Amino acid sequence: MSKDRSGIFSRGEEFLKLFNRGAEFTKELLQENQRLRRQIVQTEMQQSTAAQDPDDWDKLRYQLMEQIQDLQEERDSALERLRDVERENHQFAERYVEIEEENNALANLYVASFQLHSTLDLAEVLKIILEIVINLVGAEIFACYVVDEKANRLEAVAAEGASLDSFPRVPMASGIIGSSVTSGNTYCGDAAAPTDFETPIACIPLRVQEQSIGAIAIYRLLQQKERFTPLDHELFTLLAGHAATAIFSSRLYAQSERKLNTIQGFIDLLTK
Amino acid sequence: MAKHRILIVEDSPTMRQLLAFALKRLKDVDIVEAQDGMDGLRKVTSDHFDLALIDINMPVMDGLKLVSLIRGEENISDMPIVVVTTEGAKEDRERALALGANEYLTKPIQANKVLQVAKGLLKVA
Repeated sequence: MSKDRSGIFSRGEEFLKLFNRGAEFTKELLQENQRLRRQIVQTEMQQSTAAQDPDDWDKLRYQLMEQIQDLQEERDSALERLRDVERENHQFAERYVEIEEENNALANLYVASFQLHSTLDLAEVLKIILEIVINLVGAEIFACYVVDEKANRLEAVAAEGASLDSFPRVPMASGIIGSSVTSGNTYCGDAAAPTDFETPIACIPLRVQEQSIGAIAIYRLLQQKERFTPLDHELFTLLAGHAATAIFSSRLYAQSERKLNTIQGFIDLLTK
Repeated sequence: MAKHRILIVEDSPTMRQLLAFALKRLKDVDIVEAQDGMDGLRKVTSDHFDLALIDINMPVMDGLKLVSLIRGEENISDMPIVVVTTEGAKEDRERALALGANEYLTKPIQANKVLQVAKGLLKVA
């Protein structure tokens, strides 16, 4: 019996709590309702006032239009700035590629020039010329010719890809090599042309102070190299001057060494 | 930061200088040069390297032989290797990669390409 009574009390308390929460909620709803009513009245008053004064409407409209205009201008300017930045980025990317290419070219030219002037031994110089043409130009078959002044012809003194005998002796001013050497102009033909020892695909005359001392004739490029590049033309220009100077200097050095040895021999003979 | 040690095995002084020139653009790099396969093997087995650039056609010992010897050597078998060669045929590339080369670059090389490949293998930005 007492259990039933306590159960009834607890349920009563729960009901009371529920009722109180309901009452609070209803109170809140009423307050919210009042607030909304006030707001409606306020808006209606504003509307009726505005409607009564058409100038205010125009003013408001004008203000809003101005704001829209400003925002649109701001947006256009931001878009324009974005486009400028994109254009600039694109230009930077292009410039970066150009600089990288220039850097590559300079690295190749620096190394080629450094190596060419690193020795006064003719055999070494010729070896370095071959290395440059294989590794930096990418030629498979080529020869380095020097002028034989007595015979008035060009003779291959170093070669790669074929034996020295395979390369013909070329009379001065004859054929592509002879003409190139005589005129001092670099010849650059079709890189994909079939190999023909009479017709090189490129010929670089080697000149020192307008004096022709030889030529580099290229007959075939490496399999992976399809054509000559702008860098190759820069290397040709470098080779035309620096390889020529290196060959010329090494020959002079050899001659002076020989003379020095002869003189030294005489001196030794006289002083003994 | 520890220096990256790179070994260049190449018989041509011109190519050695060009490769070194390109790789010196990496920060904290120490470049060691070897002039043939045997010299390369001596250096690679007696010192630590993070990367090796190896030419194929060399006197004394060719580059492919050196690649296979490195891959068979326990302590250095995982060292990244870039083959740099004039041989552009597909079979040559496949052979080098099958022997364990990580990259295969054909001559004439571009300094920035070498740098890019080296950065990738050394995992540097």
